[in-house]
Amino acid sequence: MRAKKYKELKSNNFIIAISAVVLGLLAGALLILLIGQNPFAAFWYILKGALMNVRRIAMTLAISTTLMLVGLSIAFAFKTGLFNIGASGQILAGGLAATTVAFAVDLPHVPMMFLIILSGFAAGAIWGLIPGLLKAFFNVHEVVSTIMMNWIAYWVVFYFVPAFLKGPSLETESAMLPYEKTLRLDWLTNIFDGSNYVNAGLFVALFAVIVIKFIMDKTTLGYELKAVGHNRYGAEYAGIKVNRSVVLSMMIAGGLAGLAGVSYYCGYSGKIQIGVLPTQGFDGIAVALLGASSPIGVVFSALFFGLLKAGKGFMSGNTLVPPELADTIIAVIIYFTATSVMFRKFWDKRFKKINEKHNVYKSDSNDIEEDK
Amino acid sequence: MKYAIEMLHIRKEFPGIVANDDITLQVKQGEIHAILGENGAGKSTLMSILFGLYKADLGEIKINDKKVVINNPNDATDHKIGMVHQHFQLIENYTVTENIILGKEGSFILNKKDASQKIKNLSDKYGLNIDPDSVIEDITVGMQQRVEILKMLYVDANILIFDEPTAVLTPQEIDDLLDIMRGLIKEGKCIILITHKLEEIKAVADRCTIIRRGKMIDVVDVKSTSQSDMASLMVGRPVNFKVDKKKAKPTDPVLEIKNLNVRNSKKLLGVKDFSLTVRAGEIVGIAGVDGNGQTELIEAITGLRKIESGTVTVCNKDITHLPVRDRNEAGVGHVPEDRQKHGLIMDNNLKDNFVIKDYYHAPFSKNSILQQSVMKEYGQKIIDTFDVRSGEGLNSLSGKLSGGNQQKAIVGREIMGNPKLLIVVQPTRGLDVGAIEFIHKQIISHRDAGNAVLLISFELDEIFNLSDKIAVISDGRLMDVVNTCDTEERAVGLMMAGVSSKGDK
Amino acid sequence: MWETITQIAPYAVAYTIPLLMGSLSGLVSERSGIINLCVEGYMLVGYFISALAISILQPIMGNAALLAGLIIAMIGGAIFSLLHAFASISLKADQVISGTAVNLIATSLTVYIARNVTGSGNISIMLGIVRSDVPLLNNIPIIGKLLFTNTYWSTWLCIGIWAFFWWLLYKTSFGLRLRACGEHPSAVASAGINVHKMRYVAVMLSGALGALAGGVMIVTYSGEFNGSVAGLGFLAVAAMIFGQWKPLGILGATFFFGIATTMGNVSQLFASLSSFPPVLFKVFPYVITLLALVLFSKSSAAPKADGEPF
Repeated sequence: MRAKKYKELKSNNFIIAISAVVLGLLAGALLILLIGQNPFAAFWYILKGALMNVRRIAMTLAISTTLMLVGLSIAFAFKTGLFNIGASGQILAGGLAATTVAFAVDLPHVPMMFLIILSGFAAGAIWGLIPGLLKAFFNVHEVVSTIMMNWIAYWVVFYFVPAFLKGPSLETESAMLPYEKTLRLDWLTNIFDGSNYVNAGLFVALFAVIVIKFIMDKTTLGYELKAVGHNRYGAEYAGIKVNRSVVLSMMIAGGLAGLAGVSYYCGYSGKIQIGVLPTQGFDGIAVALLGASSPIGVVFSALFFGLLKAGKGFMSGNTLVPPELADTIIAVIIYFTATSVMFRKFWDKRFKKINEKHNVYKSDSNDIEEDK
Repeated sequence: MKYAIEMLHIRKEFPGIVANDDITLQVKQGEIHAILGENGAGKSTLMSILFGLYKADLGEIKINDKKVVINNPNDATDHKIGMVHQHFQLIENYTVTENIILGKEGSFILNKKDASQKIKNLSDKYGLNIDPDSVIEDITVGMQQRVEILKMLYVDANILIFDEPTAVLTPQEIDDLLDIMRGLIKEGKCIILITHKLEEIKAVADRCTIIRRGKMIDVVDVKSTSQSDMASLMVGRPVNFKVDKKKAKPTDPVLEIKNLNVRNSKKLLGVKDFSLTVRAGEIVGIAGVDGNGQTELIEAITGLRKIESGTVTVCNKDITHLPVRDRNEAGVGHVPEDRQKHGLIMDNNLKDNFVIKDYYHAPFSKNSILQQSVMKEYGQKIIDTFDVRSGEGLNSLSGKLSGGNQQKAIVGREIMGNPKLLIVVQPTRGLDVGAIEFIHKQIISHRDAGNAVLLISFELDEIFNLSDKIAVISDGRLMDVVNTCDTEERAVGLMMAGVSSKGDK
Repeated sequence: MWETITQIAPYAVAYTIPLLMGSLSGLVSERSGIINLCVEGYMLVGYFISALAISILQPIMGNAALLAGLIIAMIGGAIFSLLHAFASISLKADQVISGTAVNLIATSLTVYIARNVTGSGNISIMLGIVRSDVPLLNNIPIIGKLLFTNTYWSTWLCIGIWAFFWWLLYKTSFGLRLRACGEHPSAVASAGINVHKMRYVAVMLSGALGALAGGVMIVTYSGEFNGSVAGLGFLAVAAMIFGQWKPLGILGATFFFGIATTMGNVSQLFASLSSFPPVLFKVFPYVITLLALVLFSKSSAAPKADGEPF
């Protein structure tokens, strides 16, 4: 009779994510110390700024909404072997399209919301389609092409908004969207004590997460996209149309980022500003990487980064620590998730000792390895 | 007895496997010493230690009775040890000279003229026939190998290691290489020859150390030991090389290739006016040296490469311009040459890999939703029928399986799909004898079930063992198709080198 | 028309040179086999360090501060690049992600430190390089007026550096080994060369070059660190691809992009061009880059082992 088998401990994505976060926060603490400030105070103000009262929690949720959608976009592209660094441009495209449609059309509130969501997705999808086509048919690396698309979007917004969407006073942003044309919901706003930020984008984001997870795990489309992402040659050999997968993936990723734009410009904010390349496009990379490109991981990751972003203003208002600290922490976390191999080795070594104590490893198998 | 080089009680371990377990190798000056072992026995590891690419965990190395320490290839070179690797260590877009002087340039500012002269002199002295200013990607494989030899001679190496040198050569080039080896011995050098090819050992080696599963089994005198004795020592049991197979009963044509022309990656014609028929119930083997158009031919048939002109028909259906998936549905199965690049998605588990050609239709998916239970049942059937061994069954990541089991998984998947035409390319590359026997049996029973098999292999033994008919390809052209029983290796070897049976090139 | 061209020419050259150094930065790194998407980050670091160093040193050293600033920036860039080198070489991380992370770290870290120096995060220098004519050469008809009048000395410094690297890569044993690392690292290792060490050196050189690009921006046309280099680093990478990873190629490619960027930036100043909607000029360099990538990415002459950890 054998004793109960001890389950082998292995390093996994969650532990690696935590390790990266811890190191990122340590780096942030170091930077704060370097300028002579108190890290604990700084971090405490971040937490307070994000969670101190109901209205602040609402703001955090609203920021996380945008990050969730962008993170989903980038995670989705990663699974297909593509690096969608063009989310910023897709956010602008989605936001611009949604705002333009909102001003151009008159509909009751709920149908309006669906319309702007649809147009934002479509515009983002187009913005992702172009680099997708370039990659599939011309072998253009998507990192460089999407960065170009970012700046093209930036300048299109720069000139389009003052020309067509301008409000009565300012040259640098669009007119304010009236309530019926935004993603705001009165009952939601009331739950959160009249918050200026919370919006239906949250539901859109959660819905998107569920849909994407379903596609990835259960459908033939998800199977194809993942196969192409792992090994495009093997996929091609098996009969999967690689080009089609690449283009489709960039379209969906672009569409998701476009949704993020709608949630930001027509939900969180009520207007679109020129001269800004949305940093969420890059923050989304952190969200995706930390969430190990899994939809559920992205949800938690987005909440975490949303917290950092929401609280940074409060921190810099109450200490001498510049708000860029939060962005630096995020960048450092990305760095450490890229170097996850290091963590895997570290934790595997730790776990090996524990596993050996419990005799987890079987006796050596009969298979010979390939000639080395 | 003074040995030129000794490796004493070498032990080397990698995670989960002992590659070398107390191996002793002793080579005399002026001898050609063979190291015989199956794929995966540990021969290459042992030589990598000698060449400084790995460090042994235990044991020592002696040269002319003096203990030496070799930590990196530079140390090995200092001790006059040189190695021709199985996979050439050459920079494709550099010239011969640039490849040879890499690491031994002699000065910060390059002086290629003097180096080229020295190389030319060496090439002439040993009859290697190499132009120092030619670019590696433009010269033949045989010439590339001679560049590797020149690399050793350029630094005055005395102990020359050849790691599986004949895998990529025609029979004639193999003869040339063995002659060059004899010439090198005459100049006083000693040679270590790593191989699993018994005829070559018999042709040129003096003594042979036999390794099995990391352990040294015996050192034999080659002249007085038979090939089958050496084979038995290598494998650990009596080996029967001939495959048991009934006579073929070919019926209707399954694959018909007519006047096929295919361009290769250099935009030149890689396959030239190629025509071939394969019938149900027979195995046609295509013999040829790697790089003579086989890759382009198979890619054209399976849909991975565009066809310039000509037609390919499977069961009377013209598949010449059909996408890959349509060809799969028309009954084409393909065990690819590169199992890691094409055959499997290494990051996927076995369950997902088994359905990679079929996931999109019933019963594996319904309305685009994958039917996991159907996939599991099917996958388990393949594992059981084809003896695919893995750590976690269907959930094992394909990358974690041994090479033999990966290949069994691929062969299993393809045969289970019951294709009318099964294409197998290099089906037993890098596998141990047990796996080779198993896969050969599977291929033959697929033929006996009334299907057509097209076999591509660079090992003439395998071609002769399995094929009912042999087609020889050279420089993209079909040289001839002969019945296996009507020919033998010499004749086929000539055709592989481009000499047609009519006597002209 | 000619007047317009001669007026634009110094700007075109001024925009080209940072791109050239950025592209060279990418080339040196990628030729050794390490993907370089962090030129943007290196440029930012150089942009920041040179602005800071010069603003501190100029009151003390006068014009020598400009050169000192460039040198300090290059050293800073080399040190900063160790982040990418360590992750890519020793930890075998995904080089695209590592490069992106390095870019983002540069973006936020430079502003973070800058804000501590000046509340706004912008650092300006008192005086950049004063343009002058090259003696003798400026009298050559046509070319003299175009290329040798009103030039910055940094332009000649950078062209000299470019030429030096061309010689280094193709005429020395160091260059032979470095390029081999990008083609077939195991062949290099079996020749007894330490591939990791070569790649570290290559990445640090690329860091220094990228930082120099940023520094040159400060002392020529920018004069102030403002936290962004507007995607110039990525334009430099695109130029590297366009130039097929060859020194002569990137010279042509960056010059082409330099002119495109110039037209984007100075279009409003010239009456002959102001009839076109300004958005076209602004997006012109990016659209042109896309087209160039389409034309040149298919037949890629990228180093064979680029991006594969060894």
